[in-house]
Amino acid sequence: MSGEVRVPINGDIDIVTARQRGRDLALQLGFAGSDLTVIATAISEVSRNIVTYAARGEIILQPAQEPNRRGIVVIARDEGPGMPSVEDALRDGFSTGNSLGLGLPGARRLMDDFEIQSAVGKGTTVTMKKWVR
Amino acid sequence: MSIPILKQGPLLIATIQGAVTDANLIELRDALAERVGRLRTRGVLVDVSALDVMDSFATRMLRNIAYTVKLRGAETVIVGIQPDVAFTMVQLGLTLEGVETALDFEEGAELLARKITKDPERVG
Repeated sequence: MSGEVRVPINGDIDIVTARQRGRDLALQLGFAGSDLTVIATAISEVSRNIVTYAARGEIILQPAQEPNRRGIVVIARDEGPGMPSVEDALRDGFSTGNSLGLGLPGARRLMDDFEIQSAVGKGTTVTMKKWVR
Repeated sequence: MSIPILKQGPLLIATIQGAVTDANLIELRDALAERVGRLRTRGVLVDVSALDVMDSFATRMLRNIAYTVKLRGAETVIVGIQPDVAFTMVQLGLTLEGVETALDFEEGAELLARKITKDPERVG
């Protein structure tokens, strides 16, 4: 069984590393075809969020295992400013960082499970999962 | 790694690699805006066929490139968006509104040639 992969995020080059590692792990875990692109793209979005809003953080990639299904867990964690409103952050077109505002809501659409925990002044943790079809 | 820009006949050709960073894309936009003027180029072809991920930032930058090049008096065509990438972009809600796309290099070059010569004022 493949183990956990941690990618420190300190700049835009790390976004590329994170999505490549994510694609590699997803492949090992049995994902194929467009799911690999979907997972890599979702990782790219949450990694960029770290760079844009928190400057640094990390991406943790893990196998997900449940009795009837298996998949991948992607955790994006930072100790940045946090979000005053998670609902706002998940609304299409909402951005405080001069972007399209499609990053987080887009990542949520790409993945099967998606959860944000955020506290102002403490940081943000995004946990998302995709299951092998 | 910077994105190479080649001049081929009347066109500028930029080939984006898979491991492209945000900074590389910003650099490409600025370099194209400058070279379109310096080399008096009327058409820009951006090949993204090696790109395995097109996220919201990359999409925004490609749009920026096309609009910037347009303001400099030239046309841009994006070629080679892969099937999985196209499917993912649609799911993400990303569009390349107002930006020309073509299947591959050949089709893109043909489209650009048509666009450039269609405007009779500018031939020559």
